[in-house]
Formats: sequence, C-alpha cells, structure tokens
Amino acid sequence: MSDADIYAKLTDVFHDVFEDDGVEVTPKLTAEDVDGWDSLSHIRLVLSIEKAFKVKFSAAEVGKLQNVGEFVDLIKSKR
Amino acid sequence: MSQDLFTNLAWLPKPPENFSSLCKDFTVDEPGAGLRLRALANFGLSENHLNRLAKVIERARARSASLAPLIPFKLGIVSNATSHFIAPALVATAARHGLILECIEADYGMVVQEALDPNSIVNQAKPDAILLALDYRGLPLHATPADEVGATQAVAEALAHVMQIRDGLRANGGGVCIFQSVAPPVETLFGSFDAVLPGTLRNLIHSFNAKLAEAVRLTEDLFFDVTGLAETIGLANWHDPTMWNMAKVPFASAYIPLYADKLCRLVSAMRGKGGRCLILDLDNTLWSGVIGDDGLDGIVIGQGDATGEAHLEVQKTAINLRDRGIILAVSSKNNDDIAREPFRKHPEMLLREDHIAVFQANWNDKATNIKAIAEELSLGLDAMVFLDDNPVERALVRQILPEVSVPELPEDPALYARTLVAGGYFEAVTFSAEDRQRAEMYQGNSRRLALQKQAGDVASYLRSLNMQIGFMPFDEMGRARISQLINKSNQFNLRTQRYTEAQVATLQQDPSAFTLQIRLRDVFGDNGMICVVICRKSDDTSWFIDTWLMSCRVLGRGVEQATLTEMVAQARRRGIRRLVGEYIPTSRNKLVEDHYAKLGFEIVNRSEDGSTRWELSTEVPLTFDIYMSVDGLVAAE
Repeated sequence: MSDADIYAKLTDVFHDVFEDDGVEVTPKLTAEDVDGWDSLSHIRLVLSIEKAFKVKFSAAEVGKLQNVGEFVDLIKSKR
Repeated sequence: MSQDLFTNLAWLPKPPENFSSLCKDFTVDEPGAGLRLRALANFGLSENHLNRLAKVIERARARSASLAPLIPFKLGIVSNATSHFIAPALVATAARHGLILECIEADYGMVVQEALDPNSIVNQAKPDAILLALDYRGLPLHATPADEVGATQAVAEALAHVMQIRDGLRANGGGVCIFQSVAPPVETLFGSFDAVLPGTLRNLIHSFNAKLAEAVRLTEDLFFDVTGLAETIGLANWHDPTMWNMAKVPFASAYIPLYADKLCRLVSAMRGKGGRCLILDLDNTLWSGVIGDDGLDGIVIGQGDATGEAHLEVQKTAINLRDRGIILAVSSKNNDDIAREPFRKHPEMLLREDHIAVFQANWNDKATNIKAIAEELSLGLDAMVFLDDNPVERALVRQILPEVSVPELPEDPALYARTLVAGGYFEAVTFSAEDRQRAEMYQGNSRRLALQKQAGDVASYLRSLNMQIGFMPFDEMGRARISQLINKSNQFNLRTQRYTEAQVATLQQDPSAFTLQIRLRDVFGDNGMICVVICRKSDDTSWFIDTWLMSCRVLGRGVEQATLTEMVAQARRRGIRRLVGEYIPTSRNKLVEDHYAKLGFEIVNRSEDGSTRWELSTEVPLTFDIYMSVDGLVAAE
C-alpha cells in the first residue's frame, strides 16, 4: 500500500469518526487541530483504524504517537 | 463463519453504500419521520454507522418532532466500566425495534453513589429502565480457591452489592432494573480444575450469575444474559485486554452492534413488542427440493442427508417455537393440495398440517398472502416473521410490507435455523399459561384463506430487480441442463414431453425445429437456465409448441410474456403466421391450465380428457408489460 493510499484510507476514517468531511489528514495533524478529538473519540479513532487497515495496536504503541505522520509509520510497520 | 453471523448481524440486510448521505439528507420536516428512521436502522449497521444514525435521531428528538409509531423510552446506564461507546449504539439500534431511545449515562465509576444519591444524573432523569452494566472487575468478587464457605460468602456479598445499587435506584424513583450478567474472564488458574474446585473465579462468577437470575425471576426487573452473548461470540473474542487497559472498555468494540441489538430487543420485549407468528416458505426452506417438481419421493427431509438434516433443524426450531406459543403459518407458491402432501404423507416431516394455523399455498405474491395471514390472526404486521430461502421473495416482502421481519439467510441451509434464532425476533420476558395453551388453540385449523386483492406495487418491485433474460438455441454446452429440465419439470410443463439427451442433441440439428434455452439474471445473481421451448414446424406457416416448461422459482415475473414475445418475433422472421399450443393435463401441472389463455391465445379445441388446443396469430401485436431487458436472437440482429 502506497503512502497516498494510506492517507486516502485514513482520511475516510477521520471523516467517518469525526463526522466532518472537512478534516484534512496531513502528517503534522494532532488532536489539538480537530474539534471533538478527546480521549474517548481517540479510542474510537484507534478502533476504526484497526478495523480499516486490519491491524491491531498495543497500548504502548498508541500511547507514544505524537501526530498522524507517526500513526502512518506505525500502520506501515504492521503491514 | 458463524461468528460473522453475530458480528455483522447477518440476519439484517447489508447497509447501502450511500448510508452516510441518507443520514445527512434526513429531515423531520417530511411526513413519516419515525418510519424512515426505523427503515434506516434496519440494516446490519457497524459502530460508525450507528453513531451517525444516533446523531440523526438525537437531532430529531431535540426538534420534538412526532416520531410515531416509534415510542419514546428513557434508559439510564450505570456501569463500572466505560459506557460511552454503547450509548449512541443503543439510540440508533432502538429505532430498529420501534423505540426512540434517550440514554442517560451516570458519570464514570460512581456506581453506588449514583444509585443512592437522589440528585444523581440518572435518578433525576426518572428513566423507564436502568441498565446495570457491571463488569466482574468492578464487583467485590475475589477468588477463594478450595474455600467453600468463603466462596458462598463472596457470592452473597457481590449479590448484596448489586442489590444495594438496585434498591437505591428503586428508592429514588427509578423504573425497571436491567441486570446484566457477568462474562467470565478467559484466564483460569488451574485449567479444567477451575470448573471443579469451589472458590475459583470461574465458579464464583457462575454462582453469581445463577443467583442473580434467581433474584430477578420473581420481580419485574429484567435479566440481560451478557454471559450467553459473550460465550456465543467466544470469551477470547469478547474480552479485549488492550482496550480494557487503555480505557476500561468492557468488551471488544466489534460486538457493540450485537450488544445493542440484544439489549434493545429485551427492552422492546418488555414493552410488549416482538414476533408472534412465524410464516414459513416450503420449498428449500422446510425441505430440500421443490415438491411440485420433485414429488414426495424427490424432496429430502432429514434421512441422513446433510442438506435434509439442515431443513429438519428448521422444522424442529419451528416446533419448539410453537410449543412456546408462537403461531406457525405457511406462505408458499404451490398448488394447495401439492403443498400439503408432505405434511400429510412424508414420514420424515416433523411439522404436520395440525401445526399450521393458516396455510397459504397459491400462486399469488407473498406480500398479499402475508397481509391476509396477519389479518386472519388479528395480529399486526410487525408481529410477523417471514422465513424464505429465496432472496427475491424476501426483498419483495421487505419492500411492500416493511413492518414484517424478514431475516436474510446465508447460502448454506445448515445455518438457516441458527440465523433465524440469532435474529432474536421472538424474544420475550414472560411465559404465561396463555402462551403455553396457544398452540392447542390453533391446533387442527390449518385454514386456507380466499385469495385477496394485491397488497402492493409488485410491478415496480419487478422493475427494480434489473432482470436480464437471455435467449439462445439449444447447443452442446446447455444440453445437460436442458435435458434435466425436460425430464424433471412437472408443474410448469405444458405437455410433459420427455426426451433423452440424445434426442435433445438431435433437435439441435433438426431444421424443422425451433429451440430456445432461456436464462435469467437479476440483481441477486444468475438464476441460470430457467425455461425451455421447442417449436416444431407443422406446416409452412405454423409452429406447434411441442415443449414449454419453466422453473417455478421465476413465476410471477413476466418471463412467460417475454418468452412469447421472443417466440413471436422469431416466428415472424421465419414466415410463420400461427403458433399452436397444447395443454395436456397431468396430476402435477394444473398450474398451467390457463397459460395460453393468459397469453392471449384462442382456444380451438377441448377434449374429453381435459387437454386443450390453442392458437395465436403472429401478426397481432403483443401488449405485455415487460420487466426485463432482453438479450437474445432478436437483439443480435
């Protein structure tokens, strides 16, 4: 899966979870940048990403992430 | 496989691709908002779908719009785990079960305080029911291996803890309490010995659940069997340690839609809703095969045959439901006496005529028949559950009678019984003396109702099937199937002429014969070859229709009309001015007695033995409504 494909799929997930088609998913995106991205919707986001990419993350892996770019690296490392 | 059944709620149709747009476009400003919400909820929705729909419902509720016939219901949720993800799923799923749900969640982790404080969020809301979603990790249930006395005490303490919560909620004006049973952990201390030794966590939880059920039984409170649900999914799938550690999520989020469906079923059963009558199709649902074509000897029920056993399971399930007070009915496309034959004479049948309160076997559409059954039984359409292996029939009933429950069925009949039960249509929270006696009340009736006015717009449904019919002359590839149809078709068969495969091959070369093998595709897939026609030149300008047979599975769709249209077009191209048809009656083909009359042929002779002869001029234009696109000999020109 190319980076472009991953970002495309991730964009769909973000739009679905946050119900906002305007969210632009870029490597530098963090929770501060998105309305409604609190700890509970973070869980929902993690679960949706696991489902969409058919991967499973550990708490430690998810806990270390600083931004979407690092999330994408994590996804790539699992596939 | 079976796990997909529960994870994806496979008894419900798959959600449409444009589900998100449908939610976005939803408005309460048009009439029938409640019914439209229920329709939106009536798919196997994922967690994200449910969240989206929940927002739509919450906005509708906030507008105080009338959402009839959905009834409002307030549910409080008190949990010692994270309930945040469950609430929106419940709101959306509730619409599927006729409820407009408002969820009031207690703050996380304040279970006892929430119950005892009259000013708590949940108590202030005065909900109709309160769900006590307690996870074992929040209960005072500590293992006491080998200590029997300690074990009894531990269970009693845990139960008292739960009852204290219940009493607090009750005292503060709460409604019914829904006690959730506890899903045991995957891990054991010893292994198999955990089940044997008193005081292990496994045994403590087992005892606790049993005592809880006992305590609930004699009250108006409800028991939500999460233990059973978790075991059905598999405890190792149910429990997600990562998610528990991260956010005290009590079970894997993949099962949120399932959990929501089961809880909403329970609540709607509490409100008196649910299935009361199971309407059964016959062919390939209650037995393997088609009674009209295969006869009593040809259908398979049980008899040590894997498929036969699968259908027998469906019958067993129906009988068990009947013993519990669910009424059984039949809706089948068959002649009435042919359809009743297996019930009267087949040695392996478990269901007998006596078991069926209303027996509708005719050639009308099933929506009309189901409506008639409901009226006869004085039951609402929302109390009807319709089981049919044919996706075309299922979709028709869903479209014309959306209140009727119609489970999707998988390809494999071995899963029919499981899928029907998984749907939970007959969930109930009581079992009264009247329920027990109901079976007897309907015993021996097996009524047949007069044919009714059509219930809905079948024509537009047929158009929506995107049918494509394909016409080809006999060829080598089709020969085996052509011969099979020629020798096996009994009902829709005008002259029951049998030919060997060799004779079929000869026909292919015969210049005086015009042959057609006809295939049908629709939105559900390829039905394969469903019709065979053989015409023979009887003189320079006439064709005699030697053979016209069709699979009964595609009756009522206009295939006969499309076939005649093709035959006439081909006849005209070959200078044929007259088609001559004949009906030779047998014990099985009364169905097509009026076939030629319906197609506009004129009768020219009727013999003593009941056979009839008909004629049609190819010069008179045909005026049928055709519901399918045609790909055939004519189109090729």
